[in-house]
Amino acid sequence: MSILVVADHDNTELKQASRVVIAAAQALSEHGGGDIDVLVAGSDCEAVANAASQVPGVSRVLHADNAAYQSALPENISHLVAALADGYDFILTGHTTTGKNFLPRVAAALDVQMISDIIGVDSLDTFKRPIYAGNAIATVKSSDPKKVISVRGTAYDAVAAEGGSASIESVDAIHDAGVSEFISEELAKSERPELTAAGVIISGGRGMQSGDNFTLLEGIADKLGAAIGASRAAVDAGFVPNDMQVGQTGKIVAPELYIAVGISGAIQHLAGMKDSKVIVAINKDEDAPIFQVADYGLVADLFNALPEFEEALG
Amino acid sequence: MKILVAVKRVVDPNVNVVVKNDGTGIDLTNAKMAVNPFCEIGIEEALRIRDAGLADEVVAVAVGIEKCQEQIRVCLALGADRGIHVVTEEELEPLNIAKILKAVYEKEEPGIMIFGKQSIDGDNGQTGQMFAQLTNLPQATFASELTIDGDQATVIREVDGGLQTIKVSMPMVLTTDLRLNTPRFASLPNIMKAKRKPIDQTTPEELGVTVRSHTETLDVSPPPGRQAGVRVGNVDELVEKLRNEAKVIA
Repeated sequence: MSILVVADHDNTELKQASRVVIAAAQALSEHGGGDIDVLVAGSDCEAVANAASQVPGVSRVLHADNAAYQSALPENISHLVAALADGYDFILTGHTTTGKNFLPRVAAALDVQMISDIIGVDSLDTFKRPIYAGNAIATVKSSDPKKVISVRGTAYDAVAAEGGSASIESVDAIHDAGVSEFISEELAKSERPELTAAGVIISGGRGMQSGDNFTLLEGIADKLGAAIGASRAAVDAGFVPNDMQVGQTGKIVAPELYIAVGISGAIQHLAGMKDSKVIVAINKDEDAPIFQVADYGLVADLFNALPEFEEALG
Repeated sequence: MKILVAVKRVVDPNVNVVVKNDGTGIDLTNAKMAVNPFCEIGIEEALRIRDAGLADEVVAVAVGIEKCQEQIRVCLALGADRGIHVVTEEELEPLNIAKILKAVYEKEEPGIMIFGKQSIDGDNGQTGQMFAQLTNLPQATFASELTIDGDQATVIREVDGGLQTIKVSMPMVLTTDLRLNTPRFASLPNIMKAKRKPIDQTTPEELGVTVRSHTETLDVSPPPGRQAGVRVGNVDELVEKLRNEAKVIA
């Protein structure tokens, strides 16, 4: 048996999500799933292939370097992965916007029902995944000969970035469907850690009242080395862009410390952060549902509490 | 040009779902059902394209039990021109749905096939992409803006790090994200009018599609609960507890 992990990257860096997927692959390996290969498909992405080869537990890195794979256009990547699938029993990638984009195509090409967003491996054919926005956990058994799986970014602790020494083999196959074209990308620029990789997150909700008031979170985020997030209500109100959204329809996070400020705690927000290790809620409404999941709750006006908080951090 | 929008009948997003005690699933007895919110955004987008003169017909298509008619009627009341209902009592996986919709697509030949990016029950997020693979069409998923120019479409997509712009040739598959538009409400006259709009019924067999189950759900359980913790009196106490009790800040 053997496992293929499709790496998520930007042609420069291997995303942390991929090291979480490799952790899930190791869980499969422990059940007898076999060796773990990593496919790095991109353009001028040798640095990523090298990074993948250093991840412990990886046997082999397949490096497909061609302009057709530059921006992970799903029409091209899915054909490449489906063509490589012959040698594998498991095909895994992260449940990121990249993985969600191409992996269902791979599954359809192989006539396999994909298993989305798994949070646990019970055996070689049985997996746990959240449904109904995390209000229920389904245990799903697949009867397909190959398993095509996306892994939730918080399902496992990421494996180490270094310590391995996998071989790197190049894959020459070029699949260019020619039906879609990448035009541009406008990525949020931030000195802060990415939401899905941050150890500490401070998020603001509708209670922040405006986008400008999010600056109140910045000083605290700087002192804690935290990423800044937001609830869907804050995004819908136009305070901040959607890439900051934590929740069922945004990013799923599970940091060591999650600080929810002015967030009432709608189910759809809780679905995105309730697996955080320690949750702090600051809200002036003492009946806000967020307090039911918070380890530490502070009933206070955030406009007083945030400056005090920043000062108390020294 | 014709636009086909796939719509799914799901539990209303405002319903608090309850897991059955016997582990067989969610208790939907008497639960209010609705058009999946992402599919509703799909209908809205199709109507806007039609109303801008870029398409001449919007067709809502649903696969599922007899009662899916209710959701197709909602789409007709919102302004869709007609409906197609592929009737099946089986609860089908995304791959089977994609195969059925491929058969519908081949009959209807729309220029754009719209899906929601995911349904709020199964949370799979697969059907649109699987359909695109089976029909060999280009896809623009998680769309937050669509601009049509001749037989090309420029789509702004919501990706993890921000926004991505791609250009695809039509016919194409679009899956909707939340910011694509805000769906309209159906007016009373349109609800009345919708009752006279046609819904064609067919079955997977009539479409020549053999469905096959690939997975089995062994158990459905509530997620592990989380206990409410303590209330702190002020910021200093909070910082002290985070430092010395939880030990999550330095």
